[in-house]
Amino acid sequence: MSFVFLVEQVLNGLQFGVMLFLMAAGLTLIFGVMGLINLAHGSLYMIGAFAAAATAAATGSFLLALAAALAASALAGAVIERLVIRQLYDRDHLDQVLATFALILIFSEGARWVFGSFPLYLAIPEALSGPVTLPFGIEYPRYRLALIGIGLAVAAGLFWLISSTRIGVQIRAGEADREMIGALGVDIDRLYLLVFALGAALAGLAGALIGAIQSVQVGMGEPVLILAFVVIVIGGIGSIRGAFIGALLVGLTDTLGRVLLPGLFGLLLDPAAAASVGASLASMAIYILMAGVLIARPQGLFGSA
Amino acid sequence: MKHILLAAALAATAGMAQAEVKVGMITTLSGGGAGLGIDVRDGFMLAVKQAGRDDIEVLIEDDQRKPDIAVQLADEMIQAEDVDVLTGIIWSNLAMAVVPAAVAQGKFYLSPNAGPSALAGKGCHPNYFNVAWQNDNLHEAAGAYANSAGYANSFILAPNYPAGQDALTGYKRFYESDLAGEVYTKLGQTDYAAEIAQIRASDADSVFFFLPGGMGISFLKQYADSGVDLPLIGPAFSFDQGILQAVGDAALGVVNTSQWNKDIDTPANAEFVESFQAEYGRLPSLYASQGFDTANLLMSAMDKADVADADAFRAALTDADFTSTRGDFAFGPNRHPVQDIYVREVIKEGDVYTNRILDVAIEDHADAYAAECPQ
Repeated sequence: MSFVFLVEQVLNGLQFGVMLFLMAAGLTLIFGVMGLINLAHGSLYMIGAFAAAATAAATGSFLLALAAALAASALAGAVIERLVIRQLYDRDHLDQVLATFALILIFSEGARWVFGSFPLYLAIPEALSGPVTLPFGIEYPRYRLALIGIGLAVAAGLFWLISSTRIGVQIRAGEADREMIGALGVDIDRLYLLVFALGAALAGLAGALIGAIQSVQVGMGEPVLILAFVVIVIGGIGSIRGAFIGALLVGLTDTLGRVLLPGLFGLLLDPAAAASVGASLASMAIYILMAGVLIARPQGLFGSA
Repeated sequence: MKHILLAAALAATAGMAQAEVKVGMITTLSGGGAGLGIDVRDGFMLAVKQAGRDDIEVLIEDDQRKPDIAVQLADEMIQAEDVDVLTGIIWSNLAMAVVPAAVAQGKFYLSPNAGPSALAGKGCHPNYFNVAWQNDNLHEAAGAYANSAGYANSFILAPNYPAGQDALTGYKRFYESDLAGEVYTKLGQTDYAAEIAQIRASDADSVFFFLPGGMGISFLKQYADSGVDLPLIGPAFSFDQGILQAVGDAALGVVNTSQWNKDIDTPANAEFVESFQAEYGRLPSLYASQGFDTANLLMSAMDKADVADADAFRAALTDADFTSTRGDFAFGPNRHPVQDIYVREVIKEGDVYTNRILDVAIEDHADAYAAECPQ
């Protein structure tokens, strides 16, 4: 196992992690500010990917596709916040889970109704295709490097927004004490709508960016949603910093687990059995990580007890 | 539960003496993988429509790719609807949940897709007919092709579930040289950067992969962009008509194995491809051809025997006296196909990505489990 190989895998883990962060950031913001469990967050990811694929097919421009993904998912987020989510803020988590699960079914069947059952085509832009050679002779896909850059830039922007702007102050205050900021005259309806649309837009952006290297199809959001929940549980629910660290931990654990565990078992077992056992254990690795974090810090790494 | 009733028996007047055959089709019409079920259904219904028969009634239900729902639907169809024949299931795990119980209750089951080894060997049943392939077949053909292409060091990967393990076993059964690596991925995995890096770091000269549906789309797109340019081989499941359009240029030139392709040069196949396109406005996939063949097999048996006479109907099905879209078609002793498996290559025709046949990978190929099937 060479150094170059390991560096490439660490980059893969980072890239996976920052994309997970885009998903988890919205989820954790919405939970932190509004106390809402939004299972339909994966559908917003799917909406971003579908909007991007449709726009790219019509115009041929990847930038327009990204803009369309942001707009469509933010709009969808705003609409469901107004129509559905708003009724749920005072209800218990079970009602929220039921209603947002219903939204998953509605969005999935709606997407099938509009776009059909077959996967859509979305390619990476010409300028970012192909591999690039990094120092030490590491060959790495240019697009994945761009994903790492975009993910880090969005994370930095989000930290700035939360720590240094008026809206950020309101968001942090909303996390600390929902009723009090209402009493202080902050328009809580507008704040909720804004946070929800922002979270939705981040999910849509992730969907569009990832859609270019994966399959744009109905149901693509749910596997990512599960990982995003793991991320926010590890990071501490409501904490953006926790979501960032949690996402990187999950990304690196998953990628390196997949690569290193089968090799490790290869020392003990024959290749076919080692591949199978190692792969099985690797798919559990992030859940073992989550369990470990929960035992040591039940509130998550950056959660407030 | 929505209940789609598609009765071909439009003009069935009361008192007609003709035997009615009631078919229960359980297939995947929603969720991920719905494209396969829709193709099987459309192929099947096209054959029924073309035959213009009024003695066949087809009930179609969506299993949502969930074994528990498939079992529930099968119970309903057998007990409440009293169907004679069941068909439609796409996935092996669903077939394993439904088929043994259905055939044990005296129903016929015609599989238009799934062919798990457990139903081909010791668990075979006189009322279970597979019209598609035994699961290992296309992978075995890929192994045979790798030998003839002179590959000496294959890197192989598949998802970590029974059909994935069967795939690698099938490939290794025919492939004669060394393995550069053997990797199991997570079922439903969408990112293959780590695996592609392993391929890059190995000294492989070829890559065999079995990643059906969306997994294959993701893998092909990422592989094409990675700069690794070793030749790929796979079974047709990552290269069907529904998937190729979503993969685009990344699939061009990739070699894959299939028991069917639209350019198999027989009149029946040409007519099938043309009429499918006219009816549904898209090219048929191998799944559509399997649905079409399943319906034609069923109707050929209905011409020879009454479904109420199980022994005669079974014999009529075993004869397989119908014109398959694949050309020659016969059942082996375990009622699985004995057929040619082809090597295809992905090409672009105008704006549409599709396959063309390069060669025959294995002629008259039967499965490895037939001998275990008690006669």
